[in-house]
Amino acid sequence: MERFGLAMESNIAIVDYGMGNLRSVQNAIEHLGFQAAVVNNPTELSAYSKIILPGVGAFAQAISCLKQTGMADALNERKSAGAQILGICLGMQLMCDFSEEDGEHRGLSWFSAKVTKFELEKCLTIPHMGWNGVDFKRDDILFKNLVSGSDAYFIHSYHVVCDNADDVLATTDYGVEFTSIIQRDNVRGIQFHPEKSQEFGLSIIRNYLEAAC
Amino acid sequence: MLKKRLIAVLILRDGQVVQSVRFKHPNVIHYDAVHAMEAFNKWAVDEIVILNVSLESASREQFVEIIERISKHCFVPLAAGGWIDNDEYAQKLLRSGADKLVVNTAMNDDPELVTRLALRYGQQCIVASIDVKRDAAGTPKIAVDRGRRIIDFTPEAWARKAVELGAGEILFNSIDHDGARKGYDLESIQTICNVVSVPVIAFGGVFTWNHLVDGINAGASAVAVANQFHYTEQSTRKAKTFLANANILVRKQGQSLASSKN
Repeated sequence: MERFGLAMESNIAIVDYGMGNLRSVQNAIEHLGFQAAVVNNPTELSAYSKIILPGVGAFAQAISCLKQTGMADALNERKSAGAQILGICLGMQLMCDFSEEDGEHRGLSWFSAKVTKFELEKCLTIPHMGWNGVDFKRDDILFKNLVSGSDAYFIHSYHVVCDNADDVLATTDYGVEFTSIIQRDNVRGIQFHPEKSQEFGLSIIRNYLEAAC
Repeated sequence: MLKKRLIAVLILRDGQVVQSVRFKHPNVIHYDAVHAMEAFNKWAVDEIVILNVSLESASREQFVEIIERISKHCFVPLAAGGWIDNDEYAQKLLRSGADKLVVNTAMNDDPELVTRLALRYGQQCIVASIDVKRDAAGTPKIAVDRGRRIIDFTPEAWARKAVELGAGEILFNSIDHDGARKGYDLESIQTICNVVSVPVIAFGGVFTWNHLVDGINAGASAVAVANQFHYTEQSTRKAKTFLANANILVRKQGQSLASSKN
């Protein structure tokens, strides 16, 4: 398939709201033969049907950046319009109702879910850092040609707890079984870093980019 | 369950990958870091640490260019360090494609910088590089500034301080063991693992793959190798296989694709 055709070129956006390392996500997309635009102007977001919301850092600062820049409203609009939105790490957590990181902070509330800290008694070390298995709970476009239980690279101290079991796409075992991928309609969130998870992660990104909107 | 990580370390001096022996760098291994990077990425390594050990602070800009180039080929986490002594340079490294910042001298000379970076980018982004050097009596001391300055801290006190400042991970190295081919300084690694709850990376001295097993048994969450990984083809894959055979839980490569199972 010719991936540099006009149709493929212009529909992928990486949201830049002043936080996180966008370069890694962009490098992965380019390595797969796609082109993505880094978008920091909310008014430009409406041109894109595949939108990646990356993020590392603190929840409170990230959500306030999203809201202050107007990016939160733009994302809500794209979600309603049916764009395929993919949150990575903190980007996934921002899609939840609220986070307990440094107080309680409201998120985008796309998922009826909270973000809570790992309990040290049940886990080995915090942050949960390193390669861990991703167990698929049901089928999804992201998992095309992939084997359940494959390892992905995680780095986080907080994790998502969904109210609706239906939203859980994959789980991971870290002393406790926690939710590592969520999906509802056109929105997906991934707790690990697919852009840093070699062939498994790159395949997930490819599956997401190749899926029909 | 969480896997133990195998980490390749690239020691860079003036843009070239060099051998490190007791923090001296006598030989160039690769003239272009990208070549080393590409090989490691294919050979089942779980993470890359790249350290600028040049004695000249002017090497900063060239190092950023190298990070930018190698990150295009790096689909595992990339930690970068050396000469991080201000906020702007730290940001430059991250923007160029580094995922984590490795700090060492700054923890002594400008501890507030480390805390600022941890608050801004999160603890998981900050790797505290701790270099231990034993004195004539064999007592472990902490060295900073590329091993040139001994400061008055025990390894356990320095490790605690690193975590207090905001480090989410510790990269342990021993100047005496570096390049000495006698395995890690297991005693110091054990001491540090006992006093902190963040992951500890063992580094310095690996010659046989059994040394990796020793590092894990001493409590390390990850084992790192520099020189020894460069010398043979498929070195990281062989090391991985050795760990798996020793019943250590490691990530296996090439098993995530359904087609490869057929």
